[in-house]
Amino acid sequence: MTGTKKGCDHGQCGSCTVIAGGRRINSCLSLALVHQGDTVTTIEGLAHGDQLHPVQTAFLEHDGYQCGYCTPGQIMSAVALLDEVRKGQPSQVTPELRKAGPVELTPDEIKERMSGNLCRCGAYPGIVAAVQQAYGQTQS
Amino acid sequence: MSAAAIGEPLTRVDGRAKVTGAAKYAAEFEVPHAAHAVMVTSTVASGRITRMDTTAAERSPGVVTIMTPANAPRLPNNGRAAVNPPAGRVLQLLQDAEVHYNNQPIAVVVAETLNQALLAAALIDVRYQSTPPKLDFQAGFPAAHVGKNKIPSMLSEGDVAQGFAAAEVTVEQIYTTPKQNHNPMEPHGTIASWDGELLTLHDATQYIFGVKQTVAKTLGIPEDNVRVLCPYTGGGFGSKGSTWSHVVLAAMAAKVAKRPVKLVLERPQMFGPVGGRPETYQHIVLGAKRDGTLTAIRHDCYSHVSTVEDFVEPSSSQTRMLYAAPVITTSQKLVSLNVGTPTFQRAPGEATGTFALEIAMDELAVALNMDPVALRLKNYAEADPTSHKPFSSKHLRECYEQGAGRFGWSKRNPAPRSHREGNLLIGYGMATATYPANRSESQAAVRFEPNGRVTVLSGTQDLGTGTYTIMAQVAAAKLGLPITLVDAKLGDTRQPQGPVSGGSQTAASVTPAVQAAAEQAVLKLVTLEISNPGSPFYGALPEELDFKEGKLLRRSAPASGIPFTEIVGRNGGAAVEAKASAKPSQDVEEYSQHSWGAVFAEVAVDESLGMPHVRRLTAVYDVGTLLNEKTGKSQLIGGLVWAQSLALEEETHIDPTTGRPVNNNLAEYHMPVNLDIGALDVSALGTPDKNFEPLGGRGIGEIGITGASAAIANAIYHATGKRFRDAPITPDKLLA
Repeated sequence: MTGTKKGCDHGQCGSCTVIAGGRRINSCLSLALVHQGDTVTTIEGLAHGDQLHPVQTAFLEHDGYQCGYCTPGQIMSAVALLDEVRKGQPSQVTPELRKAGPVELTPDEIKERMSGNLCRCGAYPGIVAAVQQAYGQTQS
Repeated sequence: MSAAAIGEPLTRVDGRAKVTGAAKYAAEFEVPHAAHAVMVTSTVASGRITRMDTTAAERSPGVVTIMTPANAPRLPNNGRAAVNPPAGRVLQLLQDAEVHYNNQPIAVVVAETLNQALLAAALIDVRYQSTPPKLDFQAGFPAAHVGKNKIPSMLSEGDVAQGFAAAEVTVEQIYTTPKQNHNPMEPHGTIASWDGELLTLHDATQYIFGVKQTVAKTLGIPEDNVRVLCPYTGGGFGSKGSTWSHVVLAAMAAKVAKRPVKLVLERPQMFGPVGGRPETYQHIVLGAKRDGTLTAIRHDCYSHVSTVEDFVEPSSSQTRMLYAAPVITTSQKLVSLNVGTPTFQRAPGEATGTFALEIAMDELAVALNMDPVALRLKNYAEADPTSHKPFSSKHLRECYEQGAGRFGWSKRNPAPRSHREGNLLIGYGMATATYPANRSESQAAVRFEPNGRVTVLSGTQDLGTGTYTIMAQVAAAKLGLPITLVDAKLGDTRQPQGPVSGGSQTAASVTPAVQAAAEQAVLKLVTLEISNPGSPFYGALPEELDFKEGKLLRRSAPASGIPFTEIVGRNGGAAVEAKASAKPSQDVEEYSQHSWGAVFAEVAVDESLGMPHVRRLTAVYDVGTLLNEKTGKSQLIGGLVWAQSLALEEETHIDPTTGRPVNNNLAEYHMPVNLDIGALDVSALGTPDKNFEPLGGRGIGEIGITGASAAIANAIYHATGKRFRDAPITPDKLLA
């Protein structure tokens, strides 16, 4: 499988993001043996056959990519992000840390939580729009 | 589904492959028995290698071969291909022991696995006889030289002394921009495999035919023996427009190892061996009358080059055509340094040049107490002020008007430091964007397939620019088919030849060839039918027939249409294909061809922390026809992100003693992350430029980075009352 990318090999760019044991990680900094028994999801494991994950569809619709090289990492981050806000995990820009329940997904929350994934093409506005759409669709 | 239309915001045809991880980039192809290579690079900037001890490395597990200056295959002409840039550069191919810059390739280690190659590479002991490197840019000004470029290094229009004597107000300042590196997310990489004398290269490139020609000429083999494949390029921005050393080294290593070799650059190796944007030092003098009329412009530029090869960053380019001054004098000089050869980086010249010129214009507006938009309108060039040719098309006035309106420019209080929100100083600035419209000869083929689909092919590249999509879209629109019935193929030198994906020229070069090929393919269907007694169109005249919605029909009887699959069937079931070539007509020489734009920026500066934040950018462009609104706008947005990066973040730091790139990684080489980017309001007028190419579209890949960096710098001046002329404008400078 070549969907997971190597951009820096130092955990700096996020191109190698996968979801391991329910959390997004930079796979380039992670040893396989640390994840013994974990479920690891890569970009190849998101779609069900021809049925794309809502985040994948949203990236297509909002042109949330250009060259596509950082895209698998961006999408894996976005999928994990939706889970994190639902679980109420705060970020650096979350205004109220003591409030229980899901975090409100403002554009700044999306931007902050996607800032570990570099996109040199500068597709950031499309990525934010894609995450917003996917959040709306997966809410119910 | 209805037929595709030009301009329609269709989703990328290669999008599904990209969001599912199915898109394969150069280094991801599985080539049986491929060994892994790593490049060893120099740790001094100048001198020669006196000893390279590979004993320990050779004994290291898994090592297949180690290629050094002592044992590397000798190449004809010492490895100089004599191919012009962008394709051909002066390479470091282990033909001698000389070191010209820190991080220069000096050896290649090939092993069974990547980790084995990395370990062995670390075991090589290199001794140098070091000479003091030339690393001080400004110290080199007295000995600066003039380089070769398509534009002359000096250009003077009008009587310079008289022009400045006539000025009532003068602005004279120095502007600088730093060294930068492209850093596409996909590192450069090559897989080389030999089958006898035939060489196949999977290469991350912006120019497959350039790689083919350069590698063949460097190795001294026939061009027909080289095939280059690159279906996806993970970003390039100019660095992948040239064939750099590692491509040829991979081919050499595969020959020595007698098996395929994969060589991917480590991220730190992206700083030097594959080009970057040179540092610039720009002296600008603007002379004007009190009413704002420019009497003279001077723009003298220095940029650096390597000690092995010249490259001109033509920062004065736009100064020669942007404003209607009677006197315009510009120059370009080069300083040789012991660093990797600089190269084309997104809008080479205009990116750095508009940063300087458009800040200078803002300074003049301040000096004249004049609105910056009004100053630009006062000096609006109706024709090119130095070539004196008419512009192929220019609607910059509308860009200023629409941009100012959308941004709310009229609400701006012109006084600096006049907007404050608590600790934040808010500023508004604007600038003009411009980039030349380029086009060159290209070929394409269109094929009617027996299964009812159409294939469009061209040996071009898609770096994320949307080439696949617009090829399919233009072919589908031409043939009256939905885009879902068209397959686009590119990135293989067995396809009809396409040009380098550089200079924002791919769309304007390739799509006319696609249209011509579609016409020729239809003509082939017509020819087959009118000469086939089995056809209902037997004996008809070609002009009596037409092709619509996938059917050939008589113009006089539109219901007579028969699907092309029937014709393909009558032709023995073999696909019907035609190839065509398109090049700019001679008429284009009569015009000065450029794209235009107006950019407005709102920046908030934290007065205590010196942190600038670009809250919003409004940009309106005149880029001719947008072939696809969705992918087109993405290109413009990407350019704006680069402009913000140039203004506020990006800089390659070279150690002044060792010449080593210090911040040679993606954590310390700052470029924008998602949270850095504010609200971007991007639009295009969409006025076709039929004087330039048939569909009226000019390039869009580079104009976004021009002007906008100055708009941001001007907004920072307006916010803080302090003028910054040295990019990037970082918090340390803002707090100083």
